Amino acid sequence: MSADGDVAVLGVADHRRGELRDVSFELVTACRELADAVGGELHLAVVAGDVERFAEMLDVEGVDAVHTVDEGEEFNHDLYAAATAALVEELDPTALVMPNSVNGLDYAPAVANALDLPLVSDAVGLSYDGGLEATREMYGSKVETTVAVDEEPFAVTVRGGEWPPTDAPGEAEIRPFAFDADESAFPSRVLGFEEVGGGDVDIADAEFLVSIGRGIEEEENLDLIYDLVEATGATLSSSRPLVDNGWLDPARQVGQSGKQVTPDVYLAIGISGAVQHVAGMKGSETIIAVNDDPNAPIFDIADYGVVGDLFEVVPALIEQFE
Amino acid sequence: MKILVTVKEVASAADDFEIEGTDIDERYLEYDLNEWDDYAVEAGVRIAEATDDAEVVSATIGPERADETVRMALAKGVDRAVRVWDDDIAAAELDVAAKTRLLAAVAAEEEPDLILTGVQASDDGYGATGVSLADELGFGWAAVVNQLDLDDDLTTASVHRELEGGVEELTEVDLPAVFTIQTGINEPRYASLRGIRQAQSKEIAVRGLADLGLDAGAVDSPVRRTGMTEPETQSDATYFDGDADEQASRVAEVLRDRGVVGE
Repeated sequence: MSADGDVAVLGVADHRRGELRDVSFELVTACRELADAVGGELHLAVVAGDVERFAEMLDVEGVDAVHTVDEGEEFNHDLYAAATAALVEELDPTALVMPNSVNGLDYAPAVANALDLPLVSDAVGLSYDGGLEATREMYGSKVETTVAVDEEPFAVTVRGGEWPPTDAPGEAEIRPFAFDADESAFPSRVLGFEEVGGGDVDIADAEFLVSIGRGIEEEENLDLIYDLVEATGATLSSSRPLVDNGWLDPARQVGQSGKQVTPDVYLAIGISGAVQHVAGMKGSETIIAVNDDPNAPIFDIADYGVVGDLFEVVPALIEQFE
Repeated sequence: MKILVTVKEVASAADDFEIEGTDIDERYLEYDLNEWDDYAVEAGVRIAEATDDAEVVSATIGPERADETVRMALAKGVDRAVRVWDDDIAAAELDVAAKTRLLAAVAAEEEPDLILTGVQASDDGYGATGVSLADELGFGWAAVVNQLDLDDDLTTASVHRELEGGVEELTEVDLPAVFTIQTGINEPRYASLRGIRQAQSKEIAVRGLADLGLDAGAVDSPVRRTGMTEPETQSDATYFDGDADEQASRVAEVLRDRGVVGE
């Protein structure tokens, strides 16, 4: 395949500590669909680290070219913002697509602002018919919105887990992009990484997790959940707010920024099921949800649903095992 | 040292609601200080408390109704507030770029050393304005910060960025800078009665486009919301009906059936 036509879409890959992240391959799927709708080529960029190896892995079906920027070892937003902006100026794509990952949030808005591109972040769907129409969620996933963009080129960030990954081998051209970064002039320096949430409990190994969320309301109400855990022999986990409040150890947090778990049974109590939480537990074998809001998104992925007051259901459940 | 904290009044929807046009009907919305911004306010106030001659100023884009939210930030230790609003802004749909221009104009007047804001707003969840603002001002930045320490001469910040999967990135950023603050970085204080009383006499300066040296073009936005729908429930869950005892007995049945509890 020769890559010398109009570039419809430039997508930027996400990697960390030597590994391409899954969202990179999902982004390819989203970008290819968009490039077909716009009518043009899909180019990818991969910045920093072992870019040649990454480029070979990113050479999947539908990608016309992969541009490598061989500067730096790890993600640094100043480098990413500068390199991405330079590539956009060189390739003149209709759409710049970046991942809505924590690192995506750290450079995409800067690139959009620097190039004066309209930005739609956290898209869960993209369509194009003479102009972009993106689908986004609002109000904690209670509604979906459509957002139209009246200008081109434009920038989008896409949510992970919304598109299937593209893995089939491709025939992309791999092109080193000559970009000289003056790293000494960057106002930020990445010094390293730290693993968090160690502790002596490993929720990722548990067969049966009783997971508690904001619905518990007060710290002292946790005693009820400790009683359930004791009666059933389950392992306790939680959604983010309880950890933020300091009520539970970070090692117990399930979700995007916490742990990914795949127990036989995940009993979610008072957890609404925000997308960040679901990302960490949707692989559970059986999901049981207890929530007083029948519209809570947790029921969308639950196998069994109990619409009810946890302060009535949990004591009744404890009784079942006494 | 001057710290600017941008705070947003966010809307949240009731469990049952109706959609009117491209938004949830006003009757089903409640307004409050954005949760992430609450942590940003706390981070700003703590830095000010530990630093000589520090002032914390909040900046909000919003209508008069937002004063209640702004007063909450003032009650928690913000020294004074700027609220950006006028008829042109009210009539516009503000995208990230438009919000960036408005807040950059406030920052140009205030000349802060440090700007703090929440990672995202809980209503529209763009998560972009802070980093966009940093670029506009030529400041350094870091997004999704869950630990923030300033060095003694206030020229550099050491931050932890909360990445996915229980990993944090350790980064150094030269000031002036913008940091988007993640929940859990601190424990936001409750406003004390004394704080609430004091907040009543603190200044909320209302600034329109002209006051900020901007024209109506500053709020032009090529990004428009064109529709809103309530997603159809995709649930294929089996629901356990009945009273709590009946529901609990069905749950217990599943747990025994899966073999995760003893008899």
